[in-house]
Amino acid sequence: MSFFKKLKDKFSKTEENQEVSDKYKSGLSKTRGSFSSKINNLVARYRQVDEDFFDDLEEILIQADVGVNTVMDLVDELKMEVKRQNIKDSSMLKDVISEKLVEIYAGDEETVKAELNLQPNDLSIFLFVGVNGVGKTTSIGKLAHQLSEQGKKVVLVAGDTFRAGAIEQLDVWGQRVGVEVIKHSEGSDPAAVIYDGIQAARSRNADVLLCDTAGRLQNKVNLMNELSKVKRVIEREVPSAPHEVLLVLDATTGQNALSQAKTFSEATNVTGIVLTKLDGTAKGGIVLAIRKELNIPVKYVGLGEKVTDLEVFDAQAFVYGLFADMIESSDDESLDS
Amino acid sequence: MAFEGLADRLQETIKKITGKGKVSEQDVKEMTREVRLALLEADVNYKVVKDFVKRIKERAIGQEVMESLTPGQQVIKVVKEELTSLMGGEQSRVAVSERPPTVIMMVGLQGAGKTTTTGKLANLLRKKHNRKPLLVAADVYRPAAINQLETLGKQLSLPVFSLGTEANPVDIANQAIEKAKEEHLDYVIIDTAGRLHVDEDLMDELQQIKQNVNPDEVFLVVDAMTGQDAVNVAESFDQQLDVTGVVLTKLDGDTRGGAALSIKAVTNKPIKFAGMGEKLDELEAFHPERMASRILGMGDVLSLIEKAQDNVDQKKAQELEEKMRDASFTFDDFLDQMSQVKSMGPLEDLISMIPGANKMKGLKNVQVDEKQLVHVEAIIQSMTKKERVDPSVMNASRKKRIAKGSGRPVSEVNRLLKQFDDMKKMMKQMTNMQKGKKGKKGKGFNFPFM
Ligand SMILES: Nc1nc2c(ncn2[C@@H]2O[C@H](COP(=O)(O)OP(=O)(O)O)[C@@H](O)[C@H]2O)c(=O)[nH]1
Ligand SMILES: [Mg+2]
Repeated sequence: MSFFKKLKDKFSKTEENQEVSDKYKSGLSKTRGSFSSKINNLVARYRQVDEDFFDDLEEILIQADVGVNTVMDLVDELKMEVKRQNIKDSSMLKDVISEKLVEIYAGDEETVKAELNLQPNDLSIFLFVGVNGVGKTTSIGKLAHQLSEQGKKVVLVAGDTFRAGAIEQLDVWGQRVGVEVIKHSEGSDPAAVIYDGIQAARSRNADVLLCDTAGRLQNKVNLMNELSKVKRVIEREVPSAPHEVLLVLDATTGQNALSQAKTFSEATNVTGIVLTKLDGTAKGGIVLAIRKELNIPVKYVGLGEKVTDLEVFDAQAFVYGLFADMIESSDDESLDS
Repeated sequence: MAFEGLADRLQETIKKITGKGKVSEQDVKEMTREVRLALLEADVNYKVVKDFVKRIKERAIGQEVMESLTPGQQVIKVVKEELTSLMGGEQSRVAVSERPPTVIMMVGLQGAGKTTTTGKLANLLRKKHNRKPLLVAADVYRPAAINQLETLGKQLSLPVFSLGTEANPVDIANQAIEKAKEEHLDYVIIDTAGRLHVDEDLMDELQQIKQNVNPDEVFLVVDAMTGQDAVNVAESFDQQLDVTGVVLTKLDGDTRGGAALSIKAVTNKPIKFAGMGEKLDELEAFHPERMASRILGMGDVLSLIEKAQDNVDQKKAQELEEKMRDASFTFDDFLDQMSQVKSMGPLEDLISMIPGANKMKGLKNVQVDEKQLVHVEAIIQSMTKKERVDPSVMNASRKKRIAKGSGRPVSEVNRLLKQFDDMKKMMKQMTNMQKGKKGKKGKGFNFPFM
């Protein structure tokens, strides 16, 4: 059974699955539309699998911010595959291309599940980190909403004591979602407010504590040390925590996202990524390189500014979304013949 | 990792070409390939890179480079010239309206840094230009955005105009201008909400504000870390709002910032300022030349080459080459060489400009003894004309005289003579090699003080 058949079956078997895939297809319509329609055009334009074909494939992938290195590796592997299987017709290459992309993301694993590491009977502490303006606070608001809907008691702690208005921003989200926000005043020690957040979450018997932090550029050594300190404070209070360190990445970011992932991981041992602003025209292709080089999975995607605009990231669904057009049209073709 | 690797690779290619007397088309191809990679890794848009590389190739294969004495360096010069001209000159001026207040609109994607930049710009206008700005909180959507601007206003002791989150941004802008007129404030800076360039309703709102307040400047605020999508964003904002300038934020990070080039290429609007930190005085004039080097990841190698070009007399270089060829190189030529190198600035500075120099074993923290240079100079200056041209006349008494004249020990005079002799032998060898094998040119020689 071909890879796409497998995927398609997966998503058409149950109604629930269908819903998930539909949501992905519409939510990621821009990503999907431009990406896979380009590959479709590409395949239609070329009868022969030649240098020009690979040049254009490279163009599509680079424009999706996948990154030169990853793209060149991928193209090299494809060239080898073409040689090995003696593929001459470009339409036969579609499967190989998509399979390779999923492989880069998923590796040998059947599925990469993006579930959060929630403690069943204890307080779960999630730390949000990232550079300025990527959507940390917004993602916390959205996730708080989602977890509350699932019946969990959520507490937020305003660890961004630096940026003007950051505490009030989280406070507004707390009110929107109906959860408590623990805060100190602007300019106070972030580690201290996080400490208070943990105590408060415990005394209120909360299920989840979401910790906001100030945005910081990864090359600022002092600020990265400050972040490590925040993490140590959490570890000292709850030895198994933080249960997730979520790096928030803006999908509009180019190759620097790799540097962000690397440095934030060194400072805080990142366990997952929230990829925001996928409702724009940027493709966020850099997560492929991050996954490949640093083995950090994407757990959530942000698809807008509303409280409901946060989706669990499912690698296969994501790739299915990217390639939906291609998959469907290749099925049409097989019906025709 | 990838970044440094690329800069090094580029250096490798440059080195290969620099050592050559002739640059073949194949060399240029290889070189442009590396430039292309450098640009792509720096997030310059794919299409922009394509055009750029094409232009470089044309110029590099043209006479300008092929016939030059130092073709390798010439190629790099071409790259830098093209890159800098693409980026435009330095333009950090802000419009001044004849009928105050001057109105500035800040627009851009979510999280780009508009609010912070609004505060910084106000601070700059007041401090540097002695103006009285009014900050306008027109972001009614993002939670606590108004609060953020009000806090900045307090920190700067500057007035902030807001009507809360229920008011319409167009009304807010209109009323703010009235207020500025009443209070004789000469600048109005409108902080608008971040929005996607494809969000029709919100883009329409910006157009309405624009029609109402008729701004003197519309600044597009762009995150320097933006990837390939920068062109779509900039093009779209520019088409809908006719942007007058760009502010690049978060340039204090470690991004290469290729977005700057993409934006300039597609909109042809000047990049006016660069945000260099979170503090309110960290807004600087944008330097296109520095950005060019940064995008290529070349450290200051470009300015090094420029220095060399400014200071090394091409004609002299040619004469020198000829002298090397027929081994008629004298101590006078040697002095000349030294003074040329010295005119480029302190040697340690020069070395530190060479990319990767700090990684090279021999060059790491090298302490060039400038005194040594002075000694060598003194020794040569104590020689007679004849001795300088033909050191073979040198004998013990001449050496003693030179040592005395220069105030250096005889052993040092001997060492210099030996080095000079070795050098000439080497030149001869190279020249012979050249006669035998066409094309390979001498790689230069070691100065006695290195
Ligand atoms: N379009 C869009 N905007 C987002 C998304 N996530 C966050 N934002 C916006 O990005 C801006 C910065 O978000 P914020 O949460 O303040 O970033 P922080 O500095 O990392 O906390 C705000 O204007 C958010 O509304 C998303 O998924 N899509
Ligand atoms: Mg925040």
